[in-house]
Amino acid sequence: MTRLTDVATKIRSKNAGPFWLTVDIFCGDADAYARISAGISSAQVADLFQINQASLKRFDLADLHVVKFSLPRPCVQGTAADRDMHGASFANLLAEMDV
Amino acid sequence: MVKVLIPSGALGLGYDREALARGIALQPDIIAIDGGSTDSGPHYLGTGTSKYSRSSTKAEWRELMAARAQAGVPLIIGTAGTCGADDAVDWLVEITREIASETGETLRLAILKSGQDNQAMIAALGEGRITPLPAAPDISDAILADCTNIVALAGAEQIQAALDTGADIVIAGRTTDTAIISALPLARGCHAGGAWHGAKIGECGALATTSPNSGTIMIDFDADGFTMTPMGSQARATPHTVSAHMLYENSDPHILFEPGGHLDVRGSTYTAIDDRQVRVTGSKWVPSDRYTVKLEGARLVGYQTVSLALVRDARYVANIRTWCDDIMEKCTAKAKARVGGTFDIELRLIGVDATLGALDTSHVAGTEVGVMGIVTAQTEALSREVAKMLNPYLLHHPLTEQEEMPTFAFPFSPPEMSRGAIHEFCLNHVLEIDNPMNVFRLTVEDITP
Repeated sequence: MTRLTDVATKIRSKNAGPFWLTVDIFCGDADAYARISAGISSAQVADLFQINQASLKRFDLADLHVVKFSLPRPCVQGTAADRDMHGASFANLLAEMDV
Repeated sequence: MVKVLIPSGALGLGYDREALARGIALQPDIIAIDGGSTDSGPHYLGTGTSKYSRSSTKAEWRELMAARAQAGVPLIIGTAGTCGADDAVDWLVEITREIASETGETLRLAILKSGQDNQAMIAALGEGRITPLPAAPDISDAILADCTNIVALAGAEQIQAALDTGADIVIAGRTTDTAIISALPLARGCHAGGAWHGAKIGECGALATTSPNSGTIMIDFDADGFTMTPMGSQARATPHTVSAHMLYENSDPHILFEPGGHLDVRGSTYTAIDDRQVRVTGSKWVPSDRYTVKLEGARLVGYQTVSLALVRDARYVANIRTWCDDIMEKCTAKAKARVGGTFDIELRLIGVDATLGALDTSHVAGTEVGVMGIVTAQTEALSREVAKMLNPYLLHHPLTEQEEMPTFAFPFSPPEMSRGAIHEFCLNHVLEIDNPMNVFRLTVEDITP
């Protein structure tokens, strides 16, 4: 099994305002980009976040060697149920997924 | 050509002083810095206060005011005091007056306020002028009435009005991160797509370079686009660092919505001028039919008291979930019987899944667990009372009836920590207005020694 973190150079998640989360997978080069872009499905990522695939936005950015996902935040930022004010830890979910 | 000097991503974050001096020597037309964002959570907008300390803010603002005086150009800050609420603007205005009186400066200050009246927002909702953005929460008259602060995000037009007063310093309440940078280039006829795109690339200071901590950058705007130049001696901007910045904290890497239209960067071209400067052309500004400003609001939703106990006993660590479930059941029943009222108890397991909760399916247990008890209630007194009822359980609760009373570790006395009032963001909407200045208030103050 190869994990995404072993193939990508950087995986970053951040708030995009209090209501959205965005995850950027920096693949590093064209080969890694091709492998990651083809190797992870939107359905897999939707499953990781336990959301409906329809609410997941995906951008495959070949020029930047980046695959980006955006989704409504799992909990609105700063609500009592929210555990991560800046949303940076969600990247770990993707880092540990199989490619 | 308009040169905008951006000292850092936000006032209070610090910057490289040599880089700032290098920028001032290049004679910018304006110095622009952001004062905040929603990123630190709803507390700041809820209370109208700043995240950064007053002393740090004053120390950095004093340096920027001195740099401004040296350059003889306007200095502008947007989203003053972290949240850009009226109280936070007043806080920075007061700091500015203090500094001016200490240095004996003569200054014209323009103050732009973004705070909105709750009743006016209720009326706007009734008139259909407030519409939701994607993933917006439901709102009602009651929720709008409940907000402790509602702010509208000013765009370039409102900042231009503030600059038109001839101000030396503009202190603005909530603005978009980009508007404080794009306003002057737009007013002087620079390329609109380039103005907004350059502003987005510059809004976090040197984040779009190879040395994010160097802070200071210069953006040169012109008739076709913009050029980004880092001021740090080691910092380099490359086509990759610049183009990749559209990803940052942005749900769509191609489009950025602003009051009056949106930026589209799908046709942008990024060219390295040398090994540290990048030129960008081909960015497009698409004006909208309606003029809308985004709204942010926060309201008080309760009070919290937090406790922390540390469990190191191997058998308890192995059975931590069972232990917590039993405590939750017994403590909730006891609190309902003894105090009533509406409250919620949560035990979050630090070292197990405290960061990601139910989404974390691959956690590995360590040798100890931190049990963070979070009690949320409608009043501060109730949250504290229930937290005190939780205390004996976190201290002594046994896994089974037939064993000696255990004792767990509390790092503090008292173990309960009051978090005070807690707030929630409750608006992700836009407000339609006829005239950009309709919901903003601009005043001018001349300060003399």
